[in-house]
Amino acid sequence: MTEAAHGGAANGGTANGGAANGGAANGGRPENGTPLLEVTDLTVHHGQLCALDAISLRVYPGEVYAIIGANGAGKSTLLRTIAGLHQPTTGWVRFDGTDMTTLRPERRARQGIVMVPEGRRLFGSLSVEENLQVGKTYARPGPWTIDRVYETFEWMRGRRNQRAAQLSGGEQQTVAIGRALVANPRVLLLDELSLGLAPVIVQRIYAMLPQILATGLTVLLVEQDVSQALRVASHIHCLLEGRTTLEGRPADVTAEQVEAAYFGLAGTARLPGGGSEP
Amino acid sequence: MAWLNAIIQGVLTGGLYALFACGLSLMFGVMKVVNLAHGDLAVVGGYVAIGVITVTHIPVLWSFVIVVPVMAVLGYALQRTLIQSALDRGVLTTLIVTLGLSVVIENGLLQFFTANSRGIGASMALVTGSFSLGSQIQIAYLLVLIFAVAVAVLLGLQWFLSRSSYGRLIRATADDQEAVQLAGADYRHVFGIAAALALGTVALAGIGYGMYSDLDPTAGTDTILLFAFVAVVIGGLGSLWGTLLGGIVLGVAQQIGAQINISDELLAGYLVFLLVLVLRPQGLVSRRAQS
Amino acid sequence: MSVVTKAGPRPAGSFRVTRSQRNVAWTGIGALVVVVVLALFPFIVYPGTTTIMVQGFIVLTLASMWNLLAGYAGLVSVGQQAFVGLGAYFVLILALHGTSPFAALPVAAIACGVAALPLWWLVSRLRSGYFSIATWVLAATIMLFITRFSALGSGTGLPMPGLAGLSPNVLTAYTYWIGLAVTVVALAGMYLLLRGRLGLVLTAIRDDEVAARSSGARVGLARLLVFVVAGVGCGAAGALLAISQLQVQPSDVFSVQWTAEMAFAAIIGGLGTIEGPIIGTIVYIVLQQTLASYNAWYLIIFGLFAIVVALYARRGLWGLVDSRLHVRLFPVGYWLRLREDADRVRRTGWRRGTSFPA
Repeated sequence: MTEAAHGGAANGGTANGGAANGGAANGGRPENGTPLLEVTDLTVHHGQLCALDAISLRVYPGEVYAIIGANGAGKSTLLRTIAGLHQPTTGWVRFDGTDMTTLRPERRARQGIVMVPEGRRLFGSLSVEENLQVGKTYARPGPWTIDRVYETFEWMRGRRNQRAAQLSGGEQQTVAIGRALVANPRVLLLDELSLGLAPVIVQRIYAMLPQILATGLTVLLVEQDVSQALRVASHIHCLLEGRTTLEGRPADVTAEQVEAAYFGLAGTARLPGGGSEP
Repeated sequence: MAWLNAIIQGVLTGGLYALFACGLSLMFGVMKVVNLAHGDLAVVGGYVAIGVITVTHIPVLWSFVIVVPVMAVLGYALQRTLIQSALDRGVLTTLIVTLGLSVVIENGLLQFFTANSRGIGASMALVTGSFSLGSQIQIAYLLVLIFAVAVAVLLGLQWFLSRSSYGRLIRATADDQEAVQLAGADYRHVFGIAAALALGTVALAGIGYGMYSDLDPTAGTDTILLFAFVAVVIGGLGSLWGTLLGGIVLGVAQQIGAQINISDELLAGYLVFLLVLVLRPQGLVSRRAQS
Repeated sequence: MSVVTKAGPRPAGSFRVTRSQRNVAWTGIGALVVVVVLALFPFIVYPGTTTIMVQGFIVLTLASMWNLLAGYAGLVSVGQQAFVGLGAYFVLILALHGTSPFAALPVAAIACGVAALPLWWLVSRLRSGYFSIATWVLAATIMLFITRFSALGSGTGLPMPGLAGLSPNVLTAYTYWIGLAVTVVALAGMYLLLRGRLGLVLTAIRDDEVAARSSGARVGLARLLVFVVAGVGCGAAGALLAISQLQVQPSDVFSVQWTAEMAFAAIIGGLGTIEGPIIGTIVYIVLQQTLASYNAWYLIIFGLFAIVVALYARRGLWGLVDSRLHVRLFPVGYWLRLREDADRVRRTGWRRGTSFPA
């Protein structure tokens, strides 16, 4: 395991980029395969503030890719830019090989990039079922139907005519996920699922993740709760002040490295995901 | 008995006012746009009806079949172009643009149609006739018809919004524009549909007004916009049926005012509005005052 | 008129806060010259021209007030015609009791300011679009109320007493001078008001209302003050209108067309600048004079122009000038000048610096 002193500037632009993303030995990241979602040199500004500085990442089919970092690190901005709600200053977003950088958010959703936004953002005046129906309006063909969502989250069927605004935080979160699922996405973007929810609820929600993945989805999630992220992710990516400070498999990183990357302590760097660098 | 007559007249004119108001309420509820050109667009609808009737000799009561779709398409186009551009630039710009639109439409109508007023179907028995209940109560057929149309329109809108797929999208967009994009819907298109609906009702309002009173270019701002707004305020923001209630209250207030002093008809209505504003401005109060 | 102050919390000497990029002391002198020249107009131009100038004064005053409301306080009022009408009627009432209309004008203006207080109480809690239409309804209500009184001429109005004794040229001259006075007071008053604390508060509100409140700015009070000042200004314009027309007709003085004209002039000229309404009024006069024979066309063109400006040139015509030359005739904002630039300025006299125009 190497720790190069790149400080906060290391990202996927090094010569070791390809190899560093992990060899076949990891059994997860096909080195020569096409990533499902690819972000290259993405720079995003909020007015004059630089929120993301030349971020690159690759998400392969079937992965659970977790982006972690402190408040203001740029995690949600990254997800929102991928979803199309922000336009980057420079850089590309590619989905299944196609350049999506200038595509409007609704077009991306219809192509299969569906986001569950931060704060749930359900349609408060609509019922639970109507929220799902809205999600179904522009859905792609696939295994997820409203019925299947009711089977997955059993409590929902009985409460389906209740107004979404009257649900508890955890219930709203599951409905929001359901709304995204019925669109049959290829990549599911989850923005801060745990925000404002009790830890027990959060765990229960994340426990559903395998069921979701089993239907062929890929998940890109943003999470403030690092331990939760490490538990579910197959690949993690840590941001600090808009730059990448750590990247790799959870099995390959120590708690100290994560802590250092999270808080920006000296000597942190992007880690190869199991490569053979001395 | 004269009072009872006044109240009945007021209730029935409430239907016309509800017709004025529901388009305004819809546009604000969905797009958060207060369309200052609302009344003038109703007058445009009335003039289009006159034109259509003159050219095609279609029976007056069937004119809406052509006018409503035409105005609906106009509404969609207006929303997607002018109003969306203004919305993208902020609330101030939207008010300025709709104010400008109102002035342009009104003076354009003045230019091409002169200030003379015209009626729609003025010679029809339906428009001028009435029936009596007892010796002192006269009910105009037209008012009953307009009231029925208003109720039908409100029922139709309610059905559309609660049952249809687009209706759901409209309600969802009104709740959260960004989230609806994430669900694959183009909110600008949804806004366009809502504007089309609004202008469809506005067309009916214009036709109704043209039959009930006479159309002239200034009627949009003198009468229709103000009455529509007052009806929305009294009935409560965000409620379609509230516009009917508001219309009825306005109509009754006006008729009672007229009973007291014939020239105080309009003033009475506005005073009731001010009263509601002072006592119960629900839905109009800005957030900071609520905290 | 440049004011140079040392900025407080910054390391001493690295920044200077100034009122404008150029030394605009000459603007003050220039303005004085302009006013003196204008005052001489009745002696040098035809009466027809002074009549047009009076119209210009009315619209300029109104446009400045609308600019104050919308451009600085964010209040889009489409009911200012209420104050125009009230100003006219207050003068009428005083004139009917023997006061000279010219003397009555300032009193009428103040009375309008007082009348603005209860009106503000009625509409102040409303959100933007609803505030707008509510002001319109208020104006309609006030007109309906006033026209009930036969002593004031009911729906047809009355001629203005106290003006018949003057010869036409003298009347025109007096009207012109009082119009000039109203305009000068309005513009100077706005300038002084906005240079002071009120201007800062309004800018803060415009940028972020919540932040402004938590910094202690009295947002409600600021808006109230603006509304009252605008009432006074519009009332004065209304009084001037009544005097220049020699009569008060309710359908004229309470017409919503005044709102349209003042709004468009302010928008086209440039919202949020004091110079803007001047430009906008010039555009208005030009349009009105050239298209007068085509009836309503000047309003149509004016309206279209305003829509285009609102969408594509947000800071108006003056904004286009300002962004090129960084000139302010009435500097009410601040410029931040970096130290290195300061030396350059002394040498070359002119350099663009980091700027945060208000």
